[in-house]
Amino acid sequence: MPTSQKTIRRNTRTLAQLPPGQRGIVRRVTGGGSIHRRILDMGISKGTLIEAVCEAPLGDPIKIKVRGYALSLRKAEAALIELDETE
Amino acid sequence: MRTRFGRRKRNSNTKPTRQHPSPIEDGPGAPASDEAPPVPAAHPGVPAVVHVALAGNPNAGKTSIFNNLTGGRQRVANYPGVTVETKEGLRRHGGVTYRIVDLPGAYSLTANSPEELIAREYILRERPDVVVQVVDASNLERGLYMTIQFLELGVRLVLALNMIDEARARGLRIDTALLGERLGAEVVETVGNRGIGTDALLAAIERARTRPPRPPEGRYPAELAALAAEVRRQVEALGAAKYPAHWAAIKFLEGDREVRQWLAAAADGRATQFESATRRADQLARRTGESIEAQLAEARYGAVAGIYHEAVRRDLSPRRRMEISERIDAIVLNRYAGFPIFLLIMFALFQFTFTLGEPLMNGIEAAFGWLAGAIAAHLAPGPLRSLLLDGIIGGVGGVLVFVPNIVLLFVAIGLLEKSGYMARAAFIMDRIMHRIGLHGRSFIPMITGFGCSVPAIMATRTLEHERDRLATMMVVPLMSCSARLPIYTLLIPAFFPLRWRGFMFFLIYAIGVVLAIVMVKVLRVTVLAGESTPFVMELPPYRWPTARSVVADGWEKSVLYLRKAGTIVLAISILLWTATSYPVPTRHAVDASRLTASLSPAELARARAAEDIAYSLAGRTGRAMAVVFQPLGFDWKVCTALIGALGAKEVFVAQLGIVNSVGEDAPSVSDLHGVLAHDYTPLQGFCIMLFCLVAAPCMATVAATRRESNGWKWALLQFGGLTALAYVVTLAVFQLGMWWGIGV
Ligand SMILES: Nc1nc2c(ncn2[C@@H]2O[C@H](COP(=O)(O)OP(=O)(O)OP(=O)(O)O)[C@@H](O)[C@H]2O)c(=O)[nH]1
Ligand SMILES: [Mg+2]
Repeated sequence: MPTSQKTIRRNTRTLAQLPPGQRGIVRRVTGGGSIHRRILDMGISKGTLIEAVCEAPLGDPIKIKVRGYALSLRKAEAALIELDETE
Repeated sequence: MRTRFGRRKRNSNTKPTRQHPSPIEDGPGAPASDEAPPVPAAHPGVPAVVHVALAGNPNAGKTSIFNNLTGGRQRVANYPGVTVETKEGLRRHGGVTYRIVDLPGAYSLTANSPEELIAREYILRERPDVVVQVVDASNLERGLYMTIQFLELGVRLVLALNMIDEARARGLRIDTALLGERLGAEVVETVGNRGIGTDALLAAIERARTRPPRPPEGRYPAELAALAAEVRRQVEALGAAKYPAHWAAIKFLEGDREVRQWLAAAADGRATQFESATRRADQLARRTGESIEAQLAEARYGAVAGIYHEAVRRDLSPRRRMEISERIDAIVLNRYAGFPIFLLIMFALFQFTFTLGEPLMNGIEAAFGWLAGAIAAHLAPGPLRSLLLDGIIGGVGGVLVFVPNIVLLFVAIGLLEKSGYMARAAFIMDRIMHRIGLHGRSFIPMITGFGCSVPAIMATRTLEHERDRLATMMVVPLMSCSARLPIYTLLIPAFFPLRWRGFMFFLIYAIGVVLAIVMVKVLRVTVLAGESTPFVMELPPYRWPTARSVVADGWEKSVLYLRKAGTIVLAISILLWTATSYPVPTRHAVDASRLTASLSPAELARARAAEDIAYSLAGRTGRAMAVVFQPLGFDWKVCTALIGALGAKEVFVAQLGIVNSVGEDAPSVSDLHGVLAHDYTPLQGFCIMLFCLVAAPCMATVAATRRESNGWKWALLQFGGLTALAYVVTLAVFQLGMWWGIGV
C-alpha cells in the first residue's frame, strides 16, 4: 500500500507531540535497527490506536495506552512514531 | 558482544540450573528420584521424559506457572524482566515425567536483549517437545502476536491464557475453544498466582505432544510472500537444517543478524541469491515507504486482529482493575506529587526496616547475652571458652543480631517489586538516569542492590545494551547492601547522639548513591563512552502481593542469611579468632615494666590481653596494614576487621567484636559501643563506615561480576576501582575533618 511522500511531509505529527489525554492512529514507525523492531514488537504498527496518558514528573518518558495496556517510552522514541489524527 | 552472547548461551542453556531435585508426585507413594528415571510411557514410542519450555511475554506469569508445576520457588514479581536465566524443574503426572524449563520473557522472537536472546536460542537449539506460551489474557493481542511467531517457527504449542481473572474483571470474555481452533493449538485458562488450571495445563501439554503443528493463517502482502518463498527455496537448497527454512526465510527478510550470519556461514562461499533477495527487499521497503519489519509486523497484527475479534467479546461492564491502576498512576505519576511520593516511598523503605527491626533485634541480642552468660558460668577460662564466647558468639552472634533488619529490608524491596511500583520508579527516574548516562531500568537493579549486590548484578541482564549493563554492574556495589547494615548499626549509635542517627544512616546511603552517579558519569565518558540507549518499558497494572508470597520471601531470605552466618561468617570468624589468639607471647612487657605496681588487676589483665592481640598473627598483619591506613584514621584493629570484610561484609562487625573482647568475656553490642566510643573519634567512626561502604565488594559480588561480564577484566576493575575510590574519598574526608576539627 504505497503511501505518497507528499502526505507524509504535510502536517506530520508524532507521538512526542500528542498532548496528554488525546489519541492518534499510527501512520508509520520510522527509524531503524533494534529500536524500530522493539516499537513494532510492543504492538505499535500502522493503524494502531494510541492514547497519550501523561508525562513523567520530570518531564521525559511519557506514558501511553496502546492495545489495552500501559507503555512508557522516551520522547526521543515517541518521535519515531508518526500519527494520523483522530476525531 | 557476539562472543559474550555465544558463551552465555552455553552457560545458561545447556545446563539450566536444576532448581528442584525431585519431581512432585501426583500419586501417593510413587518414588521420587533425582535422575530422570525410565518412566513407563503412556503410549509406546513416546519419550519417557517430555521436555516443556515456558515462554511468552515478560510479566505474563511464566514463573508463577513454573512454580505451580514443579513446586519450585523461583522469584516472581510484578515488573517485566524478573527471570533472567533458564530454570529447570521436574513434574511427574500420569506416568510421564515432564522436564519443565522457565525461560526469560520476550516480546517477540526477534532478540533485542540478552535475556530475550536466551529464550529464543533455547527454543531453537534445545527443541523442546512442547512450548507453553504463557499469555496475559488481559493483554491478549500482544500475546497473540508472539503466538503467530511461534506458529511460524512450527513448534507444538499450548497457549496458557493466564491472568484470566484480570481479563474477566476487565470484562473480556474469551472463547477458548474457538481460539484454539483458529490457532491450531491447545488453549487453557490459568490463574498463575493462585495455582488454578495447573492440571488442565498438564492435560493440554499431553494432547499437544501428539498434535502436529500447523502454520499460521496470517497472510503476507503478495510481494513479500513471493520474496519469502524465494528465500525459503534458497535456504532449503543449502541443505542446512539448523533452523526451519520457512522461519529462516522470514527472519532473513527481517534483517535478523543471527540468521543472516548463519546463512552466510552455511553458504560457505557457494554462489547464492541472498544478495539479490536483500536488494529486492530494500527496493520494496523504499517503494512502500515502510520497512520490511514493519510490513511483517503489520501482517501479523492483522492476523491477530482477525482472530481476536472472533474469539473475544467485551462486556461493557466495569473495567475495574485497569481503572484502579490508572487512578493510582494519576497520583503516583502526578506532575507535582509524583517525585515527592517517590522520595517518600524510598524513605519509608528504610524507615520500615529500622523501626520494625529494632525491638526484634533487641530480643535476639538479649538471647545471645543470656547464652554467653550461661557459657561463661559453666566453662573454665581457656581457649575453648574464648573460642565459644569471643569467636563464635562474638562473631556469628554479632551478625545474627541483624537478621530482622535484613529480612525486613528484603521484604520491603519485595513489596515494591510485587506491587508494580518498581516499574513506576524506573519510569520516574529515567530522566535522571538518562542524564547521567544510564537507563531508567538500571534503577531496578540498583534498588535490588540495597538488599544484595549479587542478584542486582544478575538483574542487569534486562538492560538491552552492553554499555548500560556494564556501567550499572560496576556501580551496583555502591548501593549499600544489607550486609553493610550491621556495620552502620554498630558504629552509628556508638558515635552519634540519638537525634543524629537517622541522618547519619541517610547520609551514608546517600553518599553511596552520589558516588555511583559520579562513577557512572566517569565510566560513560571514558571506557564505556557511547550513545545513550532507548527506553521502552511496559507498566504493568498494580497487583496485591499475596501474603503467602511475602511470607515465603521473608522466610527464604532468613534461611539464606542464617546459612551464610552458619557457614562463611562462622568459618571466617573462627579463622580470625585463631589468627587473633595465636601465637601467644611468652612474656608480657607490662609485667617487666614498673607500671605493674600502679595497675589494678583488671587493668593489668587488659594490658596483657592487648599485648597478646598485638603479638598475634592478626595483630601483626593489622599493624603492617595500618601503615597504609594511618592517614585514613584507621588503627591496626580496624585493619584486621577489614581483612574479614573481604569474605563477607558482616564479618567486619564480628571481627571488631573479637579484637575488642579477646581476654574479656563476650561483649554485647552495647558494650562494644562503649569500647568504640572510647577508642575512636566520631570522625574516625564515620571514616570507617565510609570506607566499608565504598571499598572492595565482597567475594560473591566479584564472582558475580566476573560471571556476568564474562571475564576477569571488569571484575578486577570493579574491585580495584572501588577500593582506590574508597581510599581517596576516605583520605580526603579524614584529612579535611582533622583540618577543620570536625568530630575529633
Ligand atoms: N491476577 C493475576 N496475577 C498473576 C497471575 N499470574 C501471575 N500473576 C502475577 O503477575 C506477576 C508476574 O508474574 P511472574 O510469574 O513473575 O511473571 P513472568 O512471566 O515470570 O515474568 P518475567 O520473569 O519478568 O518474564 C506477579 O506479580 C504475579 O503474582 C494471574 O493469573 N492472575
Ligand atoms: Mg519469570
